[in-house]
Amino acid sequence: MTETYSAKDEVGQVRQRRSRWDRIWTELKKAPITAWFGMIVIAIYVIVAVFAPFIAPYGEAEVHPLPFAPWSPEHLFGTDQIGRDVFSRLIYGARNTIGIAFLTTILAFLIGGGLGLVAAINQSWLDQILSRAVDVLMAIPALIFALMLLSIFGSSVWSLVVIIALLDSTRVFRLTRAVAMNVVVMDFVEAARLRGEGLGWVMRREILPNILPPLVAEFGLRFCFVFLTIAALSFLGVGIQPPTADWGSMVRQNASLIQFAQYDLKAGLTPILPAAAIALLTIAVNFVVDWFLIKTSGLRDEV
Amino acid sequence: MSDPLLHIKDIHIDGFSDERWHKIIKGVDLTLHRGQVLGLIGESGAGKSTLGLAAMGFARPGCRLTRGGIWFDGEDLMQASESRKQTLRGARIAYVAQSAAAAFNPAHRLIDQTIEATLRHGLRPGDDAAEDAKALYAAMDLPDPETIGLRYPHQVSGGQLQRAMTAMAMSARPDLIIFDEPTTALDVTTQVNVLAAMKDAVDRFNTAAIYITHDLAVVAQMADRIKVLRHGEEVEEADTRDMLTNPKHPYTRSLWAVRALHKPSLREDDTILSINNVTASYGTAPVLHDVSIRVPKGRTVAIVGESGSGKSTTARVITGLLPPLKGAVQFHGDTLPPALKDRSRDQLQQIQMIYQMADTAMNPRQRVSEIIGRPLDFYRGLKGKAQAQEVARLLELIELDDSFADRLPGELSGGQKQRICIARALAAEPELIICDEVTSALDQVVQEGILKLLLRLQDDLGVSYIFITHDIATVEAIADEIVVMHQGKVVEQGPKEDIFAPPHPAYTELLLSSVPTMDPDWLEKVRQT
Repeated sequence: MTETYSAKDEVGQVRQRRSRWDRIWTELKKAPITAWFGMIVIAIYVIVAVFAPFIAPYGEAEVHPLPFAPWSPEHLFGTDQIGRDVFSRLIYGARNTIGIAFLTTILAFLIGGGLGLVAAINQSWLDQILSRAVDVLMAIPALIFALMLLSIFGSSVWSLVVIIALLDSTRVFRLTRAVAMNVVVMDFVEAARLRGEGLGWVMRREILPNILPPLVAEFGLRFCFVFLTIAALSFLGVGIQPPTADWGSMVRQNASLIQFAQYDLKAGLTPILPAAAIALLTIAVNFVVDWFLIKTSGLRDEV
Repeated sequence: MSDPLLHIKDIHIDGFSDERWHKIIKGVDLTLHRGQVLGLIGESGAGKSTLGLAAMGFARPGCRLTRGGIWFDGEDLMQASESRKQTLRGARIAYVAQSAAAAFNPAHRLIDQTIEATLRHGLRPGDDAAEDAKALYAAMDLPDPETIGLRYPHQVSGGQLQRAMTAMAMSARPDLIIFDEPTTALDVTTQVNVLAAMKDAVDRFNTAAIYITHDLAVVAQMADRIKVLRHGEEVEEADTRDMLTNPKHPYTRSLWAVRALHKPSLREDDTILSINNVTASYGTAPVLHDVSIRVPKGRTVAIVGESGSGKSTTARVITGLLPPLKGAVQFHGDTLPPALKDRSRDQLQQIQMIYQMADTAMNPRQRVSEIIGRPLDFYRGLKGKAQAQEVARLLELIELDDSFADRLPGELSGGQKQRICIARALAAEPELIICDEVTSALDQVVQEGILKLLLRLQDDLGVSYIFITHDIATVEAIADEIVVMHQGKVVEQGPKEDIFAPPHPAYTELLLSSVPTMDPDWLEKVRQT
């Protein structure tokens, strides 16, 4: 035979490996304008949240003599019903609302993601018990259930975090279990089991890296939902308690000002500001998540 | 000679991947006359299917026809409008895909799908077409041709579905049918019937056909002429008999050579693994009945049989994934715990497994160094530098250099992936490796490389193999002993020469006689017996 066969000559394109930062940077350069907008907005929110005491002109709970003061150089967005500076509270609100939402989302993913993986790998009675328990929890309307639990356990920040995390972890559990199921049946997972690997290794090293993209996308969406739930609960009065500034309760406290819009447009806008802050962040996060989803779902060749 | 039915001249096709256009077909000519069957062969990625689709004036998404001309019955398909081409497709040019299961709509009855194109093109009235479809089912040798059309795709077997699909293609009496690997997914025993039915149909209606495959023996039965493709270029084209007896190009000869691989079988009385009277079932469905198999030390036992015969289940019993209901697996004379979780790490280390689909057998997020390195750490406690050195040594053993250590599975070709899987199994220093159809997803030339590697490793390391396969050529190439399985039972077991020599039990006879040979008259001979 004149042509000898060599394994090295087999086709298979080898791309030059680039460093992680290089790859991230090239991806970023290709990101659409919406994703850039989203990332910049999120970055601003984070900076404001972290450096709130330096940016805010007044303290979070500092009371000024004049309640419902109009917009002025001293009080950029006026003062609220007991004379606290609205602008300062908006800035501190970023810190509280985002911080608590972030913490809650992480907790929800630890609980839901962990149990979802275990259920997908185990696939026996444990999976049945966990899945049915989740079904029961999901059957109860989340907001009403949260209201009930909060009135039982009291509206401390910690009970708020734990209760919302627990309720949201049911959704994370379902997603994690569903995507992990597709990976569990792959031969490489069986190969790891045949090797004698324990549950922890199979979860962390074999399955988790393969389901990370949908989980990261879900993290972004879940963060928005948690954020909105907290705002809603605060609006209803059982969320973050005064004097801690929070966008949801700020909307409620200043809601009556909307009626004054016909006399003073600026005053009417005051309760809209925290609502707009919520909306803007939600949209920004969704833009970034959308971009990430398109990028990782393998659809880019179709573009 | 009359005008050709299909004439393709200097066709160029590009495909889009990795964010740029690559040339897939680089200037191929093709001429096909009425009633003629042309075989297109080549390894995967050679551009066979792309060229086949181009004959319909079609480029799949992500591909584009860049240059050249396609004339079908004198009409230029490169210039024809999309709607004009649509009136040709299904009516005058038909296509039979590799996976009939994926090509049929599971929600509609077979007969409705069979005559759909005929009705859409308004070629004949519905009742007439339905009667004709029944006649075609009969011609395709399908059981109950009157009523089988009323079934849904999941209610017939894979071989029957493939024949129904050929009937679907025939329904409009096209001038040209493109067969794209129509029997690749079928068992050998089923393949014979499907091939015979397709050949009959093509002969009867004097249909021209392009038959795409990578199996030389199959194309030898079907085609009048054979065209060999490689890397999007024509290697050579000749009449089937000329091509088989006198291949000119070295590449064609290398394709021929694979089937000639033969290993003389050696006897060995020392037993490493024995399966004793094992009965196993999935839930309540029994799969294995009283199976006993002996594996001699340092030798290869091939388990052959069609799909559903219990070959892979036997492997699952050995590895402990499926504890048997009755019977036991003994390793070096000691009974292994039936369930995986009760086995010790030493016991697990001794038996390793290599899978059919190397794609799914490796974690796509781990680099080669981690894939091979993990068993080194897990079983042998090698870490850091010692591990890296051992990975390099193993890569050398499987004929790859250590630059592969840094790659992800997605950056490897099919053959390279399977080699990495072999290295992962070797990393455990096992005494027995179970190979589950390890070569059936690979091209013939690559298959040869893998088989030779496995043979060399056996010589060097004295490892024993259990080789699960349905391909008799592979058995010929690698086995010392053969176990023939059918419907969960062992039909026959013994040294290779004894099994291959007559007389055979009925099933072995059927299995051996179903394997196509390179003789173009083989199909005729088989049908007469």
